Amino acid sequence: MSERERDEHSGTETTGHEWDGIKELDTPLPRWWLWVWYGSMLASVIYWILMPAWPGLTGYTRGILGKSDRAEVVGELKGLAAQRQAGESQLRSASLQEIEADPELQAYAMQVGTSVFGDNCATCHGAGGAGGKGYPNLRDDVWLWGGKLDQIRHTIQVGVRSGHANALGEKVMPAFGRDQLLTEAQIGDLTEYVVALSGRKADAAAVGRARQTYADQCSACHGPAGTGDATQGIPNLTDAEWLFGSDRTAIHDQIFNGRNGVMPTWEARFSPETIKALAVYVHANAGGVAEPVAPPAPAPVAGDAVATGAAGR
Amino acid sequence: MTQAAARSDDAPFDAIALYTFTGLAALAALLATAFTKDPSFRFHGYVMLVGFLVAFLTMTVGLGSGRFRSDQSRYADGVVRAGVIATMFWAIAGLGAGVAAAAQLSWPNLFYFPDAPWLNFGRLRPLHTSAVIFAFGGNALIATSFYVVQRTCRARLAGGAWPWFVFWGYQLFIVLAATGYLAGITQSREYAEPEWYVDLWLTIVWVAYLLVFLGTIWKRKEPHIYVANWFYLAFIVTIAILHIVNNAAIPVGLLEAKSYSAAAGVQDALIQWWYGHNAVGFFLTAGFLAMMYYFVPKRVERPVYSYRLSIVHFWSLIFIYIWAGPHHLHYTALPQWAQTLGMTFSIMLWMPSWGGMINGLMTLSGAWDKLRTDPVVRMMVVAIAFYGMATFEGPLMSIRAVNALSHYTDWTIGHVHSGALGWNGFITFGAIYCLVPWLWKKERLYSNQLVEWHFWIATTGILLYIAAMWVSGIMEGLMWREYTPQGYLANAFVETVAAKHIENVIRTIGGLLFLMGAVIMSYNLWRTIRMPSTASAELPLVSSPTPLLTAAE
Repeated sequence: MSERERDEHSGTETTGHEWDGIKELDTPLPRWWLWVWYGSMLASVIYWILMPAWPGLTGYTRGILGKSDRAEVVGELKGLAAQRQAGESQLRSASLQEIEADPELQAYAMQVGTSVFGDNCATCHGAGGAGGKGYPNLRDDVWLWGGKLDQIRHTIQVGVRSGHANALGEKVMPAFGRDQLLTEAQIGDLTEYVVALSGRKADAAAVGRARQTYADQCSACHGPAGTGDATQGIPNLTDAEWLFGSDRTAIHDQIFNGRNGVMPTWEARFSPETIKALAVYVHANAGGVAEPVAPPAPAPVAGDAVATGAAGR
Repeated sequence: MTQAAARSDDAPFDAIALYTFTGLAALAALLATAFTKDPSFRFHGYVMLVGFLVAFLTMTVGLGSGRFRSDQSRYADGVVRAGVIATMFWAIAGLGAGVAAAAQLSWPNLFYFPDAPWLNFGRLRPLHTSAVIFAFGGNALIATSFYVVQRTCRARLAGGAWPWFVFWGYQLFIVLAATGYLAGITQSREYAEPEWYVDLWLTIVWVAYLLVFLGTIWKRKEPHIYVANWFYLAFIVTIAILHIVNNAAIPVGLLEAKSYSAAAGVQDALIQWWYGHNAVGFFLTAGFLAMMYYFVPKRVERPVYSYRLSIVHFWSLIFIYIWAGPHHLHYTALPQWAQTLGMTFSIMLWMPSWGGMINGLMTLSGAWDKLRTDPVVRMMVVAIAFYGMATFEGPLMSIRAVNALSHYTDWTIGHVHSGALGWNGFITFGAIYCLVPWLWKKERLYSNQLVEWHFWIATTGILLYIAAMWVSGIMEGLMWREYTPQGYLANAFVETVAAKHIENVIRTIGGLLFLMGAVIMSYNLWRTIRMPSTASAELPLVSSPTPLLTAAE
């Protein structure tokens, strides 16, 4: 079986093996191939000497350069925090109104706000802030929690039903259908009633039947006329803005399931200055009109002032 | 088994064993389906029950009519023919799912189906990757390994009816995996999504595969084991180990689909990528190199370039590949020393990988003119070129500084596709273009012109795909790391997604072209199979004192 023969084309001997007509040449290893391989081994050994490489029983070889990813990350984060501090210190002493009034400060706040909004808020509120089903539109003049600079800042700081001690959203809408507080017929009638509230055509008989139910179940929060309460985050049912959708199915769904929005608190993640910048950005993004600089700081809820600066991202 | 087969009035032992096994499996599936409270588990229980029942009934008829006897003087080619058909079927399915997923990335508003969650990107993407790697690639590997091991050992497949069990058992695994993806039954481990009971099933099938393959080598009539068989064996053995270790999990209940991984945290992540990278190394590299080592010298009728190189690059590939997994976890919670080892072993892997490329390409020396005259040879040579490119790009991307830019970007996707479409796809297509006339005893393919069309359309598709992914990958990598002067990230994530729109469209077109090539190929193969057969293929393959084996079943 092992008869070596010489291949005519290459002049190389075969190994003498043959499988299904396939033979093998006994060509030596290509020199360049071998040397490049040795080179890659040498490079690896050098890298092992320089950098953290081989584990032992306790710990690992640290490498003579003394490099450590974790130390570098800490250093980079410190540098980043310092870079942010440098710019943000201008925002520290200024009130939100002053920032908005000063073109230089406002430009700075807008730049910070744009980045931070894009990386953190856009996930829910959309890249342009136009929101979506269940996520408020930040570009119109309808505000669940108030559209003034300080109100926006407060919302960002404590969040809505976020678990923060001062979180907004103490009042929640019950799931009238799921929890069987109302019958299916009552919810159907209420749906018509809500449609009528917003000035649209509705089944008059159903509206009449729902009048008492609305007064008993809904008006305590949404008000007798359905205009809501912007200090409590209670939506106005008479306007054209709908958080969970305006058609009958969506309204029925919301009465049935009673979904309540949640927004995280950003206090632990951002410094107070970053939150200020974000508030200015959101205010301007919604076409907010400059507020007078003069008025004294509106009564902040306890906790506003304690916001200490986590480095944030 | 051989003795049993010789007595023509008895049903062979292997078939009876398989028959019993199928019956017991059907019973187990029936009980599991009946008693489970988990709808996901019940759904898969039904799939298994139907599969086992069909197999059981088929075998009942088959055994009754005296089938399942293996003629030891002939090669078992029926299972290879089935494997070729399955390979092309899953190629179309897997590539189609890829084009659909690419279209979803390009036009997310058009191809978003809120009411059909099983059609959304998160479900279709793993369906695509697994369909291409395991269904298309796996069937190609099983089919060609069954063909090659018989020819190079001059022995019929061992195990009688059990190669058919390997084939159908593997298809059942694919169906369970695919329906699992769409239904959201997943372990959430990349390339290892199927849940524990599907993993167990694959383990059974794989052990049977190993035994069939080893048994065939065991009874070989050649003094030496051919290099392709080393690679096939390395692929089968290592995939078994990787599969078992990575899928070690504890089910929530014996009649529940859900399970939790045995390891946790960064250890779990490292095990996953040890598996993930060696799935590339031993499934997509070693297995397909085996294919190359048989079909390239066979087709160009030249000896393998260097026996020594095949030995050295085989063992170095085996020893070094297994270390390279940590390069998937650069700059993560994985300790830096592990990252260092992953990176340096990846760099040392470069030349062992290229050993296969050199051996493949240089086998053509003395037959380079065939590149011009034979599109099948050209396809295989371009496959080897893509292999060389991907195995250079891989070590490059494993360098931590490069990885800092490339990781998580489309560059990785492009890298994978130059390997998968260029190397795995083209070498398989080349092998199947060789196999179909051989298996169905035809003088030639139906049309070489259609092979030319396939080659050029698919090559254009690959180039469009990987060029688009280089551009979008580097762009998004740069966008992600860009800071504003104020010290904040300059680009929101969604902006980096929007910036890739054109590249995503180009990638969709590239994928569509590659799919078109596979459709043309399927048509060509179908017409080839329908051509009249020749008797010439019945000629004995090698002269030898032992009983001749002929290609038939």
